[in-house]
Amino acid sequence: MNVRIKKLREQSLAAVPSLSLERAALMTEFYSGDSFERVSTPVSRAMAFAYVMSKKAICINDGELIVGERGPAPKATPTYPDICTHTLKDFDILDSREKIPFRVDAESARIQEKEIIPFWSGRSIRDRIFENVDQEWIDAYRAGIFTEFQEQRAPGHTVLDDKIYSRGFLDFKADIEKSIENIASDKDPDEIKKREQLKAMAIAADAIIDYAERHADKLKEMADRESDGERRLELEEMAQICRRVPSNAPESFHEALQYYWFVHLGVITELNTWDSFNPGRLDQHFYRSYKQDIESGKLTEEKARELLQAFWIKFNNQPAPPKVGVTAQESNTYTDFCLINLGGVTENGNDAVNELTYLILDVIQEMRLLQPSSMVQISRKNPDRLIMRALEIIKTGYGQPSLFNTEAIVQELLRQGKSIQDARNGGASGCVETGAFGKESYILTGYFNLTKVLEITLHNGIDPRSGKKIGIASGDPDEFNSFDDLYNAFDRQLEHFIDIKIRGNCIIERLWAEILPAPFLSILIDDCIANGRDYNDGGARYNTSYIQGVGLGTITDSLTAIRYHVYDKKHLSMGELLEALKSDFVGHEALNERLLEETPKYGNDDDYADGIMQRIFESYFKSVDGRPNTKGGHFRINLLPTTSHVYFGSVIGATPDGRHAGVPLSEGVSPVQGADRNGPTAVLKSASKIDHLRTGGTLLNQKFTPQLMEDRDGMTKVMHLVRSYFKMDGHHIQFNVVNAETLRKAQKNPEKYRDLIVRVAGYSDYFVDLGIDLQNEIINRTEHCAGQ
Amino acid sequence: MATAGIIFDIKKFAIHDGPGIRTTVFLKGCPLDCWWCHNPEGREGQPENFCVRTRRGGSGGNWAEKEELFGREVSVAEIMTEIIKDIVFYDQSGGGVTFSGGEPLMQPEFLKAALIECQESGIRTAVDTSGYGPADIFDEIYDLVDLFLYDLKNMDDHQHIKYTGVSNEQILDNLKMLAVRGNKINLRLPMIPGITDTHENLEAILEFIEPLPGIRDVSLLPYNRLAEDKLERFSLNSRLGRISSGTGNDLDAVTRRFANRGYRVKVGG
Repeated sequence: MNVRIKKLREQSLAAVPSLSLERAALMTEFYSGDSFERVSTPVSRAMAFAYVMSKKAICINDGELIVGERGPAPKATPTYPDICTHTLKDFDILDSREKIPFRVDAESARIQEKEIIPFWSGRSIRDRIFENVDQEWIDAYRAGIFTEFQEQRAPGHTVLDDKIYSRGFLDFKADIEKSIENIASDKDPDEIKKREQLKAMAIAADAIIDYAERHADKLKEMADRESDGERRLELEEMAQICRRVPSNAPESFHEALQYYWFVHLGVITELNTWDSFNPGRLDQHFYRSYKQDIESGKLTEEKARELLQAFWIKFNNQPAPPKVGVTAQESNTYTDFCLINLGGVTENGNDAVNELTYLILDVIQEMRLLQPSSMVQISRKNPDRLIMRALEIIKTGYGQPSLFNTEAIVQELLRQGKSIQDARNGGASGCVETGAFGKESYILTGYFNLTKVLEITLHNGIDPRSGKKIGIASGDPDEFNSFDDLYNAFDRQLEHFIDIKIRGNCIIERLWAEILPAPFLSILIDDCIANGRDYNDGGARYNTSYIQGVGLGTITDSLTAIRYHVYDKKHLSMGELLEALKSDFVGHEALNERLLEETPKYGNDDDYADGIMQRIFESYFKSVDGRPNTKGGHFRINLLPTTSHVYFGSVIGATPDGRHAGVPLSEGVSPVQGADRNGPTAVLKSASKIDHLRTGGTLLNQKFTPQLMEDRDGMTKVMHLVRSYFKMDGHHIQFNVVNAETLRKAQKNPEKYRDLIVRVAGYSDYFVDLGIDLQNEIINRTEHCAGQ
Repeated sequence: MATAGIIFDIKKFAIHDGPGIRTTVFLKGCPLDCWWCHNPEGREGQPENFCVRTRRGGSGGNWAEKEELFGREVSVAEIMTEIIKDIVFYDQSGGGVTFSGGEPLMQPEFLKAALIECQESGIRTAVDTSGYGPADIFDEIYDLVDLFLYDLKNMDDHQHIKYTGVSNEQILDNLKMLAVRGNKINLRLPMIPGITDTHENLEAILEFIEPLPGIRDVSLLPYNRLAEDKLERFSLNSRLGRISSGTGNDLDAVTRRFANRGYRVKVGG
């Protein structure tokens, strides 16, 4: 990277995340006036958006090529009191917490206390949600049965397609006009409602154009003052770019990047959308302008690389808006889940990989930033070179890019009723969620704690942590005669809690649709304009609501242990087991050992355990999939945890798989840590017994040491592992290449790292099985390898 | 299939025992007694107990001793159940199953029956052998095997007897026979510092194999401390003494030497 990029990158890395009350103050100012009172809600939201975009400070950093910040400075993160009004205590926690802090200055705290809290308290959607859901929902939420994404973050979970690269916002405004005319001539009974939505979209379109103009003015002003001739020319060119886009379709690679960036800022300023926003298939969308500029000689590969790097830094400057409470626990990270997609297939189903794909992979490797995240879609039609290139980056221990199966994504989308073109143009966003880019609102509504449901089943509807009855009376477990009796009780509890969750979701969906529409985002997602409906109200072509199952490994191993020891082998009675769980295995160490060591476990390609996993999957699928949401779409499942497996583990006592109270659950569809002992092929086989195609995404993590991939031969074998997993319809796999630190942990706690395979010059072995000297030698070697 | 055999391990995702992703079945029993043996639990033909030391949790790093049984009798059907599970990986990667040991030829009927089953299931096979066994066994299984991972240690018979306990005569004869018959050999040369990796020994190996058209692939197996480490865990004495990895002949030079004579050389399995 060149000096400019190096400097911008360092600046981004050094910037300390802080809270900015700019947006909050402007929103309060707007709503304290009376200009919104005589207009509809969508129009007032659009006016508020326009107000913020026209007043917020313009920040252009030294040497930048792509301009625009969400806050007044890099990593200055706005708050959204219209969504969640932070208390002063929240501010204190955010400022001082050890993990993911946000600096809050005294002035901000003062504004929050004097202006923001008095105005928004009781009006924020968070307050409205907790007022509107029923007691059963509150009880289950507090017990840690599920979380709720939309209680302090807006429905986002969507990705842009290629529409902005051939059309400008003036074109979108024309579409809006046309839609208003169509509605009038169709004598649509909802005409007034729809017209208000469309009027709001038009206001939001003007707002983004105006925002770009303000950047153009500022850039021009800076150019006039600039003494360095070269920079002056750059600033003038950038000013011109900001006058052209987003009003018009971009005519160059640089314009395309700047255009997207304005759109990105618009979406994440309007609301604090969960999964920020995402340009999606970057190597596809930018390829046309890239190729055209390269061919015309306007752009060199080096310049394109620099622009992409500058673009990357912009993402890193925008930490996820701060989360508090349970929501902070389920997803505690600065990452705002913007997942760049590369590779895959074109709309016609052909290999989509091009030279820009590889250039972007270079950028990912060189930038090594937390944001944006990146992934490579791998179709059977993509060349092996693509996987090998991705593995080269993965093995440096960066954790990116993750690998996705294009054929699985396409089939998942088709099963949900998308057209083949929309499916092929789709991909994955957030962590692993499948979506039809540019055409779908696919909301994650919250994590669901499958293991907690088992705990409640084992206590006949009572949460042993609180002593409160929150489930149904599904029977005294001592009196079950067979595993089926127990399983059926679990199944009934599961349905009970899913019903509560879905009922709550429907209430929450309506609140968002009515109180906080998103006119700006609605411009960008088909068919909100044509339908005259807001994104938050089912305006998108497809509307999916997900509930994310968590802890598949733990719940499987727990039910497996009960079946094996209590009902099949009759080693112990249910009463004895419950007693041991209650005491967290104190005084029951031998039983604990037996549960851990002498029980079939998920992740070993053993049908005894894997069969139970499939049964759980079917129950979960059946209780959720296909149920209608309030936006004309359906509820679906996926299996991923972010960090919720830690939170969910903290609310559950000891479990029948031998896990101690409070310990994190298994994550994604990965086996319980250390439960898989037959190597990676067995893990992949077990995971492939999940019917991935009936989900909207699953997450599988695998650990490797860098030695395994140190030569081409090793990398090729890992590539074959990936191809094999994808042949079996696996959705996603991520390789965490372990570092010396992890190996040291494995030395101390071998029982947690039994799956860790290391290469010992020509041989591989389980790390924990090695003697101390050899372990140390490998640790030294790993330290030496790191970062290469 | 009623034929039973004794194995001491089945290892999935074996990536150093032949091409692609493989499952390696370790057959118990070996007529050799190599000083550098890294599978001491594979020597005896019958199941046996070892006192194995493992590190127990905690930073103190205490060694816990545990009597552990190595070896179990299995039917061909049983091992096939395990082997077949990973077919998708073999197909994708050009891998398959490797019969190793011990010395797999020590259980010829079991080996043959398993090889037949693999062939019928469309699974490629490799046999990892010391080459020490009757020629007619090689003859019988030849058509059932896709690749022989064939170990060659010392060309000097005195040395061979000293370090492995047996003469190399039969090993060399069998190698010659296989190499004349076809091109199914991956010659594997353990690089034991000062014993097998010497200039004279490597030159003698080259002289021996050059007239044999069936040998094109040579793997150099670097000596590593895994063997010592394992002996320590099994509370066995190492006759080699401690050799730190990296000593001995320069692997790059050995690689070049074989490559210059037209061989495809690989370091590691």
